[in-house]
Amino acid sequence: MIDVKISDKALDIQSCIDWVSTPECGGIDVFIGTVRNATKGKAVTRLEFEAYEAMALSEMKKIAEQVLIKWPVQRIAIHHRVGVLAIGEIPVVIAVSAAHRDAAFDACRYAIDTLKQKVPIWKKEVFEDGEVWVGATP
Amino acid sequence: MIVNVLAFGIAKDIFGSSSIEVELRIADVKSLKALLEERYSRLAALKSYMVAVNNEYATDDRVLATTDEIAIIPPVSGG
Repeated sequence: MIDVKISDKALDIQSCIDWVSTPECGGIDVFIGTVRNATKGKAVTRLEFEAYEAMALSEMKKIAEQVLIKWPVQRIAIHHRVGVLAIGEIPVVIAVSAAHRDAAFDACRYAIDTLKQKVPIWKKEVFEDGEVWVGATP
Repeated sequence: MIVNVLAFGIAKDIFGSSSIEVELRIADVKSLKALLEERYSRLAALKSYMVAVNNEYATDDRVLATTDEIAIIPPVSGG
């Protein structure tokens, strides 16, 4: 089963864990992205996330569907936040449940790596003296 | 044919708007990209970018219709 969500409110890690938890699962793997206070040694004051929401949800669903095909995984939740986030806040939560840990670890890793490559969400790093869309220019 | 093009992330800054109207002589993704890159040199200078049609990544040969939802997808950076 799949649960994908984009929200402008704080993500609820516990609800992701609760949702993927089933009596059949022997382990839950959770990836939590957090806003780091610096990039390449330069202090970051905040991040701003923007999504092409309909397409982002569709791409997140595709990733989750791929996970269910590739690994013996019971449930996967992928939640992403948009808007302005302060240092330490949580832009993304991915929770995966499986009977055995190898599948949960591998599937969770695949999900976050693929999300970063494919899902149309963008972050702008804001510094004291300017701002930059991450990864946009050479 | 006039199409509406949505822009996100840095593409929104480059166009100065979250959507623009573009008149195409040849209605496909390749022609759209060529026209936009001619008009907006900063678009061509991006690391890469994709065009999405109706919420799916589209290849250059994809034919466009006025009813399609078209979007410029600069390099994504979620997570």
